[in-house]
Amino acid sequence: MPANAAYANSRTPAGHVPDPLVDAHDGESRGLPDMPPDPVMEAFGLNVYYGDFHAVHDVNLSFGRHEITALIGPSGCGKSTVLRCLNRMNDLVTGARVEGEVTYHGQNMYARNVDPIAVRTHIGMVFQKPNPFPKSIYDNIAYGPKVTGMKVENMDDLVEGALRGAALWDEVKDKLKQSAYGLSGGQQQRLCIARTIATKPDVILMDEPCSALDPIATARVEDLMHELRSDYTIIIVTHNMQQAARVSDRTAFFTARADETTGNRTGLLVEFDRTSQMFSAPRDKRTEDYISGRFG
Amino acid sequence: MSNNASSVVGPSGRTGPPAVNLARKSRPAESAIRVVLTSSAFVSVAVTVGIIAALIRPVLDFFGEVPFGDFFSTEGQFAVLPLVAGTLMVTVIALLVSVPLGLGAAMYLSEYASRRARKFLKPTVELLAGIPSVVYGFFALTFVTPTVLQDLLGVQVNFTNALSAGLVLGVMVIPTIASLSEDALSAVPHSLRQGSLAMGANRMQTTLRVVFPAALSGIAAAIVLGMSRAIGETMIVALAAGAQKNLSVDPREGMQTMTGFIAQTAGGENPVGSTSYNTLFAVGMLLFVITLLVNVVSIALVRRFRQVY
Ligand SMILES: Nc1ncnc2c1ncn2[C@@H]1O[C@H](COP(=O)(O)OP(=O)(O)OP(=O)(O)O)[C@@H](O)[C@H]1O
Ligand SMILES: [Mg+2]
Repeated sequence: MPANAAYANSRTPAGHVPDPLVDAHDGESRGLPDMPPDPVMEAFGLNVYYGDFHAVHDVNLSFGRHEITALIGPSGCGKSTVLRCLNRMNDLVTGARVEGEVTYHGQNMYARNVDPIAVRTHIGMVFQKPNPFPKSIYDNIAYGPKVTGMKVENMDDLVEGALRGAALWDEVKDKLKQSAYGLSGGQQQRLCIARTIATKPDVILMDEPCSALDPIATARVEDLMHELRSDYTIIIVTHNMQQAARVSDRTAFFTARADETTGNRTGLLVEFDRTSQMFSAPRDKRTEDYISGRFG
Repeated sequence: MSNNASSVVGPSGRTGPPAVNLARKSRPAESAIRVVLTSSAFVSVAVTVGIIAALIRPVLDFFGEVPFGDFFSTEGQFAVLPLVAGTLMVTVIALLVSVPLGLGAAMYLSEYASRRARKFLKPTVELLAGIPSVVYGFFALTFVTPTVLQDLLGVQVNFTNALSAGLVLGVMVIPTIASLSEDALSAVPHSLRQGSLAMGANRMQTTLRVVFPAALSGIAAAIVLGMSRAIGETMIVALAAGAQKNLSVDPREGMQTMTGFIAQTAGGENPVGSTSYNTLFAVGMLLFVITLLVNVVSIALVRRFRQVY
């Protein structure tokens, strides 16, 4: 594999302090190992700043159609930041500035004439903490199709379909008119997933969707991700290495490096590869340390 | 040493001084503060009870002399219904002004304004609440009626009229509704807005369909408080709404309200204890009951439709 050369070069000899701004793959050598054949979204030279703080440095990534891509790495390395760039949720953060390109089907979603609302109707998001609306279960699902002006022939069918898709139908079919707050945390999170798929997005972003759930609920959501994979492209941030190994096709490992003068920790992408490859034979020492629990 | 009162006989029969001191200590400051706080809570209750008690005697005297039917009647010296209608008219006009403007201001401040704009605008809005109501009343009488209504809008209004009083009353109530509603909207968790926006909703949809319903109980409380203030406000209506009982549906005419009547009667030359003097207590009691009902009904409504988050 010729692409291996990029990684071979980036391996730093012991004792040598790596240049923080040169990373595993710069723009030139974007020939990543075994890149997804049919990318739906790609990030090129993505840099994110919160005010003066450089949060994420030069990330290049590619997300394959009907694949699950996991973003892993230590806390504060910018995983959520990168994820929020992928459907322009960073627009809502005051002081956040995004440089570089994120393309969706070849279109730069940060181009001047792009409507972030339109972006978000194609690229949905599930948050770390379940955040159902204070409405009935039914209305939670119907909300998205209503506000996005989707043409719906039969809302009942759509609600049922979304709930079945999120493996929640059997548990809630008798209480659709009850408040979503009566559900357990795991059910609420699956409701949020159902709510997202009700708008028929193309890509679903998930930011640590299981971190507030117990192992059984986690297993259900993971099963659900496997099922959803045949229809959706999924990008998931997770702290749980086993989860990344279980559910994802590809994994991107990030880490944070402290600036020598300011001490600010800037996140960068270390390695991006097939999950099986990365977990069995990581190419970068930092990945290996993190995966084997020798990190920090 | 073993006879020392503070020594402890352990389960094993071992005696000695306790290793740690768990003995009760008196904390005089704590007790004093407790007494002060408790009594201040009781003062407000006692005042409310006292007011009702003070109302009851003259009200009973009044109804000893004037039959119920003469009081709850549309005509006659003791008729209260024209006053109730006047209050209703002025309050409705005030709410028509203050609810849309107050909620609009609240939504702008909470959902649209930049942090800098909000920091400047919210105190400005609240400043409106600090203007003495007599100033508002004067403003209604000398500016709104002649200049705004008669000259600018060409509305044929009397010198005193319900329209002008209601409009200015509405302006006076805006800060109450805006400020409290803004608090309610801002208290809605950010995650709900993000959830809505992440589904492709725009800001207006998010505000109206997610944030607003979630804040509804707080907003309803704000409106009820505004309404109570409008019903109870005296100076504006006494100056600008007129001092004549007038059972009419035309807001261009002057009409006296309950509060306006009370102010007039209390300041008039009715001898204390006379029936006409006692009328003011009967009207006051009715005002109290109406305000209470408004509060109770709206609390019940809010409970019913509340969305918890
Ligand atoms: N809204 C914000 N304003 C300012 N700085 C932010 C903001 N959000 C994130 N940051 C900073 O950006 C860096 C990356 O944060 P981010 O939340 O993306 O990390 P993460 O990898 O998701 O961490 P975790 O695993 O703990 O969720 C952190 O140093 C964080 O302090
Ligand atoms: Mg995060």
